[in-house]
Amino acid sequence: MLEVSGLTTKYGAISALRDASLTVGEGEVVGLIGPNGAGKTTLLGSIAGLLPIDTGTITFDGKNVTSTAPEKILRAGLALVPEHRRIFADMTVEENLKIGGITTKAAERNELLEEMADLFPVLRDKWDTAAGYMSGGEAQQLAIARALMSKPKLIMMDEPSLGLAPILVDLVFELIDTLRSQGRTILVVEQNATRMLNAADRAYVLRSGEVVATGTGSELLERSDLFDTFVGG
Amino acid sequence: MTELLQNLIDGLGRGSIYALLALGVAVVFGIMHLLNFAHGELITIPGYLTYWAFQNNWSWWTVVPLIIVSAVLTSLLIERIAFSRVRGAKDFTLLLTSFGVHFIVAAGFLLYVGAAVKPYPRPDWFADTVSAGSLNVEVFDLVVIGVTIVVLAGTTWLLQRTMFGLALRAAASDFDTARLMGVKSDSVIRGAFALSGFLAGIAGVFWIMREGQMTPTAGIPPMLQGVLAALIGGLGSLRGAVLGGLVLGLAEVLLRSWLPVGIQNLTTGFVFVMIALLFIFRPGGLLSVPQVERV
Repeated sequence: MLEVSGLTTKYGAISALRDASLTVGEGEVVGLIGPNGAGKTTLLGSIAGLLPIDTGTITFDGKNVTSTAPEKILRAGLALVPEHRRIFADMTVEENLKIGGITTKAAERNELLEEMADLFPVLRDKWDTAAGYMSGGEAQQLAIARALMSKPKLIMMDEPSLGLAPILVDLVFELIDTLRSQGRTILVVEQNATRMLNAADRAYVLRSGEVVATGTGSELLERSDLFDTFVGG
Repeated sequence: MTELLQNLIDGLGRGSIYALLALGVAVVFGIMHLLNFAHGELITIPGYLTYWAFQNNWSWWTVVPLIIVSAVLTSLLIERIAFSRVRGAKDFTLLLTSFGVHFIVAAGFLLYVGAAVKPYPRPDWFADTVSAGSLNVEVFDLVVIGVTIVVLAGTTWLLQRTMFGLALRAAASDFDTARLMGVKSDSVIRGAFALSGFLAGIAGVFWIMREGQMTPTAGIPPMLQGVLAALIGGLGSLRGAVLGGLVLGLAEVLLRSWLPVGIQNLTTGFVFVMIALLFIFRPGGLLSVPQVERV
């Protein structure tokens, strides 16, 4: 469904990504792990159209979407839950969700709002609250729900467990399981490598902008040589 | 008491026009961090059209829509010709670009229309007053205040209740994330300029009526008042812009009435001293909203 090949992105003289390639198949949960500064966020940002690409191609659903504007990538069916959630703090929960569904028709948007309120009960409780007043865990659920509002074919999440209390980290991984059982396709960037490898069908290990290992979750968990990569940085 | 009430109405009338101008400045600033020093051109271009229209025997009934429509089109045109080329550039580049637009438009009028003052008639009811007891109120002020209330209510509805309004607010709060959600950058920026132009058009109707004449640099005072009011209110805050406009209008009128007769001409100077004091104690303006990141 998603195919990234030979992606190179530079910040000045520094390469944030070097010849990075990955694929995500329909219905798969794919993890992207690696230490801080490995280029995980840059990779997602490049796919989503937020960051400029130097070389490489990105194909999604059979279409070339390399260096396409973020609003067009979203319309192609690829949604990103950005790092640090980046919810609209001075807008209400409902308004945040509506923006997430801006590409859908009004009737469908209303159905999706109901669906999200069922999937995330905490959001229903805070429906008319300014999103800036929510806790980190609630905000993360809102960020994910907001991305789901566009009915994406593939949802990318950047560090969904970042800065959350352990019990909320559990919640995020439960949520990924729920979304998987709904047949959704997911690409997740995580620093919490062990948890991610347990949750993912397949994973890629990124270090210094390069893909250094790939395989199923259980295969990678057994690679003791990668241990430094998982915990390093 | 009567005098105070009269001054308050006078100040609110003035302040309403500033508020509309400031809101237009704030809408554009919020979306692309452009402090638009060409905002006054949304008054001069419709202003010269007003002069032209009266030369051709139009009446205010047809000139008012002409002013509003031409302000919206001017705003969109300036965005298309100038600002769309510097999107995403540094704030200072945007600021200089807006100065450039102002000087080019002013020079254009100087070259092709001339420096001479171009007069046109004010509406018949312009100097009318209504009395209630000892209170004498200008009809003009009441009309301005009434129209402003309706326009602000409409703008609030637009921003709170329509998808365009939500998109505009989302983009103002975090442009990249809004695009990630599918908000089209072109549409939202053009929409912001159209709204800014519409608000300037309404303010322009009153400004142009009150002036009764047009000159190539006539856009500078309304631009300055709009930008100042937006700064007073706290740049980026739309409520702040409206509040800033009202405060500025009231401050002008009240100071003029309170200052001793000999130094009344220094009203503007005193207003600027008050603004300087405000920024010493509240650098972000009256309603600055700090961005809080929660984890």
